[in-house]
This record gives sequence, structure tokens and C-alpha cells, in this order.
Amino acid sequence: MITFENVSKKYPDGTVAVAGLSLEAPDAAITVLVGPSGCGKTTTLRMTNRLVEPSDGRILIDGADSRSRPVAQLRRGIGYVIQHAGLFPHRTVAENIATVPRLLGTDRRAARKRAQELMELVGLDLAYAERYPHQLSGGQQQRVGVARALAADPAILLMDEPFSAVDPIVRKSLQEQFLQIQAEVGKTILFVTHDIDEAIRIGDRIAVLREGGHLAQFATPRELLEKPADAFVEEFLGLDRGIRRLTFIPSNGLTLRADALVKPGVELSAAQLDLPWLLRLDEAGRPVGWVEPTRPEETPIPIGHPFTAHDDSLRAALDAAVLCPTGWAVGVDGEGRAVGVVSQEEIAAAIRAAHQATLEDAR
Amino acid sequence: MIAASVFDLPSYVQSSFLGLIVTQLEVSLGATLAGLVISLPIGQLCSRLPKFYPPVLGLVTVIYSIPSIALFVLLIDITGETETTVFIPLTLYTLAILVPGVVDGIRSVPPNVLDAANGMGYGRVRRYLTVELPIALPTLMAAVRVAAVSSLSLMSIGATIGNYGGFGDLFILGLRVFDSKLIWLGLISLLVLSVLCDLLLRWVQRLLTPWARTLRSVG
Repeated sequence: MITFENVSKKYPDGTVAVAGLSLEAPDAAITVLVGPSGCGKTTTLRMTNRLVEPSDGRILIDGADSRSRPVAQLRRGIGYVIQHAGLFPHRTVAENIATVPRLLGTDRRAARKRAQELMELVGLDLAYAERYPHQLSGGQQQRVGVARALAADPAILLMDEPFSAVDPIVRKSLQEQFLQIQAEVGKTILFVTHDIDEAIRIGDRIAVLREGGHLAQFATPRELLEKPADAFVEEFLGLDRGIRRLTFIPSNGLTLRADALVKPGVELSAAQLDLPWLLRLDEAGRPVGWVEPTRPEETPIPIGHPFTAHDDSLRAALDAAVLCPTGWAVGVDGEGRAVGVVSQEEIAAAIRAAHQATLEDAR
Repeated sequence: MIAASVFDLPSYVQSSFLGLIVTQLEVSLGATLAGLVISLPIGQLCSRLPKFYPPVLGLVTVIYSIPSIALFVLLIDITGETETTVFIPLTLYTLAILVPGVVDGIRSVPPNVLDAANGMGYGRVRRYLTVELPIALPTLMAAVRVAAVSSLSLMSIGATIGNYGGFGDLFILGLRVFDSKLIWLGLISLLVLSVLCDLLLRWVQRLLTPWARTLRSVG
């Protein structure tokens, strides 16, 4: 657990980076510090491993003042991941990962073995072990950065915009993989980002900071979206707060209708002819596209993307329905076979029902 | 044996061909090494406290512009007609190349690499020796190569205060006895030696920086 007790950072020129911050980052959870530039989120992170010394207040790590230990010893016990990874260009991938174990005196062979374990954990082919960082892609470099931070098995991990420098597709896969790794290792993580979407996707708890280093709100992602503390947080969350909130509502309340599914070679029933749209399937039961019952031989309209029935959130279902010109979303199972379809109107009803349930809970 | 006769020097040269090579390498490479030892702390200081760099750069450039003859005259009262009198000016001249080489090398270390090193718990000395210096090496070695080759050529003037010019001795004697063959021999030998030295230093650089080898191919 990392505890910030009334921590401030004031620079000699009078700039206040962090003003009286009190915060508790719980064990085995990801606490995200998010805010616009100049809100002191990076300074806060860097004060944790004393790359920046606080001018006031204390930071406790598992109850002990961070200043009670020699600074090098403190830092070797805290994993540190930064933007662009900051890998040593003159050392191989394996040597980079083995850095902190080597600093702690682990012998070469054991450190190397550890590096290999970590390469497997972060999903890097062992063939990269002898490559140099510049021979890797940005996403691979960032994986090495994460592996390096985890090498000495620290209880705490500090991550400063670790996924900001890669393209959106790589970023999404790094985030997903990072959450899988965290599920496995359960570190106490402080994660800095300027991207509220990333914060909501990754954070167990989110601290929203505003300019001048003030804490605007500290809450779970769902609380943040449902009850922003003030106008600043509301604006920072953006205009699609309502849509994003649907991420936290499961789609298992939706009733998927199977009567609109048409398998190849099966005659249409009389009831199906009354439906506005029918979903053509292939031999394996995967959706092909939408056709009108009156003109079944026309080129099917693409479905856009399906959502995974029961597992995906209402947001995914709504997006699928909004995306498709027919206004219908296709629910599929784990293998991509169509389970049933649901209309925008039915999804809207499910959203209203979820709101109703929340209101009743509150009463 | 034509080859042998070319390298058999007249007796007034007072040194064998091999002897000239030894003096040449000893003094110029020694001066480069001494210059490097002096430049490393100065360069480190200048990169840590950037306001010192312009005056320091100015100073080493001014030193470089002092004619070596003038320095010999000043030094000869203290160190006499010895190798040291040649060695000291050569060493000072290398600073004009090596100090900027060290500073540029240290500046070539990416800031986020230093940040990562600090964050992982490197001490200052360890960070300098195992992170900064190795990363600075390609830039630094380029400067060392220029300094070494320039010293090889500059030291010829040492012939003016005795037999301390290496192949430069052949230039002075050739001039004195009107033997252009000696001058050509000295010149060509010096050129060949300079090229060999540069190749050797390039090879050393490749050995020390295996990581930089792949850098260029990737771009």
C-alpha cells in the first residue's frame, strides 16, 4: 500500500506541482493518476521513488516512510516503467531485463534465467533475448520495459504513461495483456496517464488531478462516470460519459431473438416473412449479413461487428446496433456463431431498466 | 633488395626505421591517451554544468591555436630537450578535439535512459561507468580517432628540438641534406601509419560497441 499524506511539491521558482495530496493506493490494485498536463500526476509518481523529493508531507510504503531507507535500496524495490521504455541501447533485451536483479547482486546465470521467465510472461519470443532494443518495435520495447520493471519481483510498480508512445492498436493489445499480467502477479501499481479512456479501462481506482496539483476526485471508474464530483471532472470525462458508463452494465439482461436467423438451405417460415430483417448465416452458423425477407437473394448488408452475448457490456451491444444500418445487433458465442439478434429499441429498454435498478438501490 | 635498401636509413638519422615507428606511436598515442584522461573529467563537468562548457571550449580552442614552436620554447627551459617537451603540447592539442567529443558523447545519452537508470536505483558512479560511458563510446571513439591521427601528424614538428619528431626527423634531415627521398619516405610512412592507426581504433571501437553495429543497418 502506498499512502500519500498531505504531500506537496513546490519548486524554488514558486511553481506548485502538487498541493497537499492525500491518497491511498491499495495493495494488489491499479491506481491511476489522470489529469491534464500540468496537474502534477508525473511529479506525484516520481515522488514515490524519490526521483523528486516532496517539499512537504510524507509518503508511506506499507506504513514505512519512504525516506527511512537509502534511496538506491528503495528504488531497487520499486519497479519503474516510463514512456518510450528508456531501455539501455547498449545492452541486449535479456541484459536489460536482468538489470535490477544484477544491481541486487544476483549472479549472471540466475538473472538470465529470470529474464527468460519474464520474457515469457510478457509474451516476447525468446529469440529476442540477444537482440538490442533498437531492433525491436515500439510495442516490443515497451514489453521489455514492463519485464525489466518486474524482474526483481517488486511489490510496487510505478508506470509513467507506459503505453502513450505506441499506436492505438498496439496500445490496446498492450493494455489487455498488461491487465492479464496484473491478474497473475497482483502488484500494487501507480499508473500515470493523460488518457481518461485508458484510466477507465485499466484502473481499479482513479485519481483525477486538476492543474496546480489538486485532487479533484478519487473513485472507482464506475463511480467516476456515474457521479463526477464537480464540473471539472465532468468536463474531463468528456461528452460520451453516458455511453461509456454502459461499459459497466452487462448485456446478459438482453433477450436475444433467434427467429431472425436463417440457416443456408432452410425455407423461410411465414412468421419470418413478417420480420423487417433476417440474418443470413453460413454453414458453421456464423453471421453473413442482413437481408430483407421479401428480397432474400440480394447482397447481404454487412453486420458491422457482433457482440459476445452475455460476456460483453451493453456498450458493445449498443455500439453494434448503432453501427449497423439495420439498427440490429448480432450476439455471438465464443466461437463466433450467431446466438440471436437484438434491436436498438430493446437495448434502450435494457438501459432504462438498469437505470431504474440503480435508482431503487439508492433509495 | 630494393625494399631493404629503402628502409636502411643513412647513419646521420641516428635511428632505425623501426625506432622511428616506435617513437612516433609512443609519443602521439601516449599524448592522445593522456588527453583522454584529462578530457573525461572536464567533459563530465561541462555536461553536468553546461555554463562551464563555452568558456572551456574557448580555452581549449585557444590552446590549439598556439604554435607548437612557441610552446617548445617555453617548455624547453623546464623539461629540456626531451620527449616530454613534445608530449605536453601534443596532449594539450588533443583537448580541443577530445573535450567536445566527451561532451557530445555524454549528451548523446537519451534522457529517458538516464531517468530509467535513476529510477532502478543506480548510484552516480555506477551509472557513469556502466550506462553513460558505454553509450557515449561511439561518439567518443570518433573523437579519439581524429585526435590520434592529428597527433601522429602534428608531432613531426618535434624534430626541431632534437630527434623527437618520429618520421618528422626525416623531413628535417631531408631538408638539411637536400635528400627528397628521405622526405618522401617519411611522408608515405606517416600516411600508412595514420591509416593503420585509424583502422586499429575502428576495430577497437567495434569490439567495444557491439550494439552500435546493428544500429546503422536498422537506421
